[in-house]
Amino acid sequence: MSEGTLQERLAEDLHDAFGAFVAELRDDVFTAALRWSGNRSAAEDIAQETFLRAYGALGRYDAPRVRDLHLRAWLLAIALNVFRNEVRSASRRPSTQPLGKEELVVVDEGREADDLASTIVLALPEEQRVPVVLRHVLGLSYREIAEILGRPEGTVKAQTARGIRRLRDALTDDEPQPAEVRR
Amino acid sequence: MNDIETALGDLREEAPPRLTDRVMRAIEAADDYVEIPGPRGALYVAFNDEGISCVDAAGGGPEAFEEYFVGRFGRALRPASAPPRGLAEALATGDGRTLRYDLRGLTEFEVAVLRKALEIPKGEVRSYSWIAREIGRPKAVRAVGSALGHNPVPVVIPCHRVVRSDGMIGNYALGAPMKRELLDTEGVDVGGIEQLAATGVRFVGSDSTQIFCVPTCHDARRVTERHRVTFRSERDATTAGYRPCRHCRPAEARPA
Repeated sequence: MSEGTLQERLAEDLHDAFGAFVAELRDDVFTAALRWSGNRSAAEDIAQETFLRAYGALGRYDAPRVRDLHLRAWLLAIALNVFRNEVRSASRRPSTQPLGKEELVVVDEGREADDLASTIVLALPEEQRVPVVLRHVLGLSYREIAEILGRPEGTVKAQTARGIRRLRDALTDDEPQPAEVRR
Repeated sequence: MNDIETALGDLREEAPPRLTDRVMRAIEAADDYVEIPGPRGALYVAFNDEGISCVDAAGGGPEAFEEYFVGRFGRALRPASAPPRGLAEALATGDGRTLRYDLRGLTEFEVAVLRKALEIPKGEVRSYSWIAREIGRPKAVRAVGSALGHNPVPVVIPCHRVVRSDGMIGNYALGAPMKRELLDTEGVDVGGIEQLAATGVRFVGSDSTQIFCVPTCHDARRVTERHRVTFRSERDATTAGYRPCRHCRPAEARPA
């Protein structure tokens, strides 16, 4: 393979290096979109759109700017933007509700991971769900998350902690009431 | 308690392999785009081997255009160094008939509507029902409105030259105020059309030629005040012995 960092390769020949860029970050973007939206096909669409928008932006940026990019956080910020637009346009189309329970990742009583995955979507408001996923599923630092969200680090920490607390409450509840948080 | 945090770490998933294929295909199919001066402010124009695919006002910046384009077409965008041949001339003359367009993804009906809108000369307007009649779907007036509203290449295909038959300017893909500005720039007397329509006038004729036209027709505008007559309907005009103009085709030409 070519030498140099991914950033350098992207700055040099975007078209040539883009495949490596996708391979490097597709799991992060897909996981974020899946855990934010709770919907596999929506997650695939969000991830696809994220990469296409990244391609457009990288084509526009000059070489020094591309070399200085923190690729993962930068791409996840685009993914967040795409996700939010998706939620907004879905709420304008009342026939599809990407966050509806029937479309969620399978809720299987026997598998705790699925239970947790659906609880994140059903019990956490977006402002907590987004940083919880970035911090604890993807392992980003609070500083990176603050950069992605454009909020102070302290705020992000507090929102994440509130999210974890809420998640714990929801999971220890005997009868979770998803309907209440679905609005 | 770290149990939840550990469990969250297990929620990481691999992207489905087809995602990479989809992304790379959409990159291979990327459209080029340029920023180019339009009649009212700069435009972004995207194009590919098929022709011009997308036009938007450049006011929102490149990011907003990428967002719109990728969301609507599912292909990537890359900046081009030169616009497609003939685009600057077409924008200057207001005549886009010689350009090639990528209208894949539109229905046959929508394409017919847009092709018809291309025939409306700069400085003139037609009604939604005029388009409906011309493409042989006289009852599909509303559908004409939505087809024009979905025009992926506004300004270049001049859907702004289509207005309501009651004289109201109507909606526009780039916003109603932009529609008014574009028409104004092209020399259309928007206020005059509205006033005329408000008084019930739909057609203008000349008593020397016994021909009637839509009010903005090039021929109608040459009629002197002394010879100018107005009609409230096609029937009024034909009853008075007038025939429809062959240029603006205010009504289907019938054998005399």
